[in-house]
Amino acid sequence: MQKVIESIGVGKKFGATQALKDISFEVNESEIFGFIGPDGAGKTTLFRIIATLLLPDEGKMKVLGLDAITGFKELRSNIGYMPGRFSLYQDLSVEENLNFYATVFGTTVQENYDLISDIYSHIEPFKKRLAGKLSGGMKQKLALSCALIHKPRLLVLDEPTTGVDAVSRSEFWNMLAKLRKYKITIIVSTPYMDEAMKCDRVALIQDGRVLSIDTPQKIREGFSKKLFRIRAEDKYRLLIALRRYPNTNTAYPFGDSMHVTFIDNAPGDSLPGFLESEGISGVTIEESGAGIEDRFLELMNIGTTI
Amino acid sequence: MREIVISVKNLVKKFGDFVANDNLSFVVYSGEIFGFLGANGAGKTTALRILSGLSSPTSGEVMVAGYDAKKEPEKIKKNIGYMCQKFSLYEDLTIKENIMLYGGIYGMNRSLIRERTRELLAKLNFIDYENKLISDLPLGLKQKLAFSVAILHEPKTVFLDEPTGGVDPVTRRQFWEMIYEAASRGITVFVTTHYMDEAEYCDRISIMSDGKIVALDTPANLKKRYNADTVEEVFIKIARPVAAKA
Repeated sequence: MQKVIESIGVGKKFGATQALKDISFEVNESEIFGFIGPDGAGKTTLFRIIATLLLPDEGKMKVLGLDAITGFKELRSNIGYMPGRFSLYQDLSVEENLNFYATVFGTTVQENYDLISDIYSHIEPFKKRLAGKLSGGMKQKLALSCALIHKPRLLVLDEPTTGVDAVSRSEFWNMLAKLRKYKITIIVSTPYMDEAMKCDRVALIQDGRVLSIDTPQKIREGFSKKLFRIRAEDKYRLLIALRRYPNTNTAYPFGDSMHVTFIDNAPGDSLPGFLESEGISGVTIEESGAGIEDRFLELMNIGTTI
Repeated sequence: MREIVISVKNLVKKFGDFVANDNLSFVVYSGEIFGFLGANGAGKTTALRILSGLSSPTSGEVMVAGYDAKKEPEKIKKNIGYMCQKFSLYEDLTIKENIMLYGGIYGMNRSLIRERTRELLAKLNFIDYENKLISDLPLGLKQKLAFSVAILHEPKTVFLDEPTGGVDPVTRRQFWEMIYEAASRGITVFVTTHYMDEAEYCDRISIMSDGKIVALDTPANLKKRYNADTVEEVFIKIARPVAAKA
């Protein structure tokens, strides 16, 4: 099967800043492939290189079988790019923006309407409204419609869900899943670890380097120790106490519980008594599977000890 | 009984015919971490602006840190801390200059500012960096510094608007430890966020939809009541706007 993206040792510097270092990965046809990492990890730089908007300093980027440097003209008509910052014309209406993008790519809204109907139908009642007057969720749907209107083979979505509420984000991921039937390959970036679970495969990225690439399930299974969720009423005192417990390896706050690993890989019989002696009551301890974020934390820590 | 730091009774805010806040009532206690959630356009920002003295309620009674939001907004501004993700520190000033500036704005005297600056730099391991420009700091350090500056004057309550968006998982946890630590000293922490895993860290959360508070409880109780594993599921069940709004 043809690879939609093949990145081999791609690097990019801005002055003294190494934005990307030795980035290698492959994306298969019809995959939803996620790049998960914090701000400044290099996600936008990488996506711009893929979208032929920026040249790599090192390595080779092949997209749809073409070199991203020499094949940019042909590639651009086959890529739909949705940048992180809302980039549509704020002083054109919803409908005008969509028509404009269709025309630029030499097509019409009618020709590819079936592809966007599911998404566009949410905003069609407001088609006369200026794009600048739409809510965050609506802007996101319009931007996705515009990125899709020329029926691209590859959709490049840079942080499409940042700043959007949970209801709209959940709708957005459902829309992406529905695009599978059109055999459109999707790469998507996000700083939010929980969104990794919506992707077929993900790359965890930090400081311009790829920490790990795999299916979300395999990445979770890569967590090297047994993980325990420990809860108590007073979370802060619980955390401080766990840090003092001699057998504790790592202890991190994770929402309503602490995620803890132990040097012996088990809390040990003395933990409940220890926490009680620290004045912490109502403690519950349960073993739990690791999430993407647990593994990300672990990989970051390995990175810093080397 | 714990001290009430924020008290909102029948808060209504209208813009023309549009009711942005529709009869909100809630209290937040001293040392509590309170999550303020809602969909885009639900009315969170409007309420936050009123609570921080930037906007006046149309009707209702809002007391923050002992002051009336309608009559004494300037006193509220002096007695709260505020931090948002987009802007909190001046990029072209140094760490030390930012601390001095905010200390001055909060009306602290010079010797107190000097003392707190020293404490803060030591706590964050920033001693060697005090003359570095903010623009040269990585995002994670900026966020931690911004939070410390927001509570430099030991306010009764601090408002955090999407504080940890985009930071790496390690920094995020350090940030929440700082929040826990501040709360353990009695500072009330009022957090707005779109990210529901963030809400799980809070002691209690409220969820707004179409200008009203539709749920207010501990994350654990809400998950139980709505038979959900996560706050995100609860949110999606109850925060969906009545009609698709543009």
